[in-house]
Amino acid sequence: MDLRAKCAIAGLGQTRMGKNFDHPGPIGFAAEAVNLALEDAGLKRTDLDGLLVNPGLTWGDNAMASFSLQQAMGLSNLRLTATMNLGGATAAAMIMHAAQSIAAGMAEVVACVFSDAPLRPPAPDKSKGSGSAAAYGFARGVNAAYGLFGVNAHYAFVAQRHMHLYGTTNEHLGAIAVAERQWANLNPEAQFHDTPMSMADYNASRWVVEPFHLYDCCLVSNGGLAVIVTSAERAKDLKRPPVYILGMGQGHPGGDPMETLVSGAPMAKKTAFKMANVTLDDVDFCEFYDCYTFTVLVTLEDYGYCKKGEGGAFVADGKIGPAGSLPVNTGGGQLSSFYMWGMTPVSEGIVQIRGDGGRRQVPKHEVGLVSGNGGILSTHSTLVLGSHP
Amino acid sequence: MPEISKQIAKPIPSITPDMREFYEGAKAGRLMVQKCDGCGALRFPAYEICAKCNSIKSKWVQVSGRGEVYSFNIMHQLYHPGFASEVPYAVVVVELEEGCKFVSNLLGLKPHQIKCGMPVEVVFEKLSEDVSLPKFRLRGAN
Repeated sequence: MDLRAKCAIAGLGQTRMGKNFDHPGPIGFAAEAVNLALEDAGLKRTDLDGLLVNPGLTWGDNAMASFSLQQAMGLSNLRLTATMNLGGATAAAMIMHAAQSIAAGMAEVVACVFSDAPLRPPAPDKSKGSGSAAAYGFARGVNAAYGLFGVNAHYAFVAQRHMHLYGTTNEHLGAIAVAERQWANLNPEAQFHDTPMSMADYNASRWVVEPFHLYDCCLVSNGGLAVIVTSAERAKDLKRPPVYILGMGQGHPGGDPMETLVSGAPMAKKTAFKMANVTLDDVDFCEFYDCYTFTVLVTLEDYGYCKKGEGGAFVADGKIGPAGSLPVNTGGGQLSSFYMWGMTPVSEGIVQIRGDGGRRQVPKHEVGLVSGNGGILSTHSTLVLGSHP
Repeated sequence: MPEISKQIAKPIPSITPDMREFYEGAKAGRLMVQKCDGCGALRFPAYEICAKCNSIKSKWVQVSGRGEVYSFNIMHQLYHPGFASEVPYAVVVVELEEGCKFVSNLLGLKPHQIKCGMPVEVVFEKLSEDVSLPKFRLRGAN
């Protein structure tokens, strides 16, 4: 079955991002995002027959997140639903699942949504501060005894290894952070829209865990982001121009990323580019998953923009920024715009293909490459989006 | 209720059944890792399935405790108050001679003196009557 341009993204719904306390938890943000996406597409809630949910961390252990959202929104007669989680690769994977189901005749209008609400309003009562060891119940295993906590620390091992083998430097990572900030400064919806950043600012930002400065790490955001996927035929009759799904692929290599320093991008690209019948020369812009600057560097290598180990030199001249030759993460990415896992690159891909980018709009926007990456280079998804079938 | 001391100790791992032989070994000054009965692959920490051959049978074996720094990070952000007086501190990944990786700390060096490839050997740090923790120092250092 040839799925090239069989389906399209017809709606994009994005709540306000960042310190947004409009809802008490993630379900409210998800519902708002889905309704905004339906409105964008010119569709009603009753048109939905599919609902796919990628729950952020604050959904907790809600094993049936998509059913919770269905009930919260009062959606009846869904023909397709699922709670999906492959980390940062989920957003594009949900879109693939939707497109496959639509092409197979199992659904027609599918909402895919991510939401999270990790930020809390400032508490009036500060007396409840934790201080007892019991508050650190997470620190039970052997890693904690060595002081190894959090995903930043594990990702840092991988980045350090890349630096050791290939001579990658913090200036290289900083070039990515600065380029994305320059894009964010052109995006009114970015959390860092009003805050420029120079390489000196990057270098002066505090270390979180070396080799990562604060500005090597993604933001934290409250919000929800949804897209509506439907058949290309139906999308043509809707409010907004269709964003065609030209190619889709996934790659999950397994093993230890510290040893391989390779993401699932080479595998995912192979499937997606074959389906889309494109090469890198056809790609006008990239929206790459960027939980860290380092992830962008590896992703550039793994899609073949440069050889393995040469990512640092590739980005050093600023070529991925607004003044450069290869537009990457044109909304500011998760480093400088907002952190909605894989929905951040997906949403910016849609904005650019539609030509809705305002001051950050890239001049040529017929083919866009979108990536998602979960875990520590563990899961990977690729979408090739197009303005024409 | 008594006031909780502001000085909170570093976390001491609880001895779970799957890791019992590791801690017994460490207490006696032996570095133990799991060895797959099916294919002989070494792994740490304990896991119920071998990722190479999917055998569920394994035993604990002693390894040399010699290896090299494979990678490291320097933790600046404080996640646990037990490390408050040490930040920034380094966490290293040691690749043992036998080919298995081991997360630990490297004693006797400042964080910024650590480099990938440094030869290291295990030493044991006693945390309690039951728990000793394998750490590493530069090989040849006393």
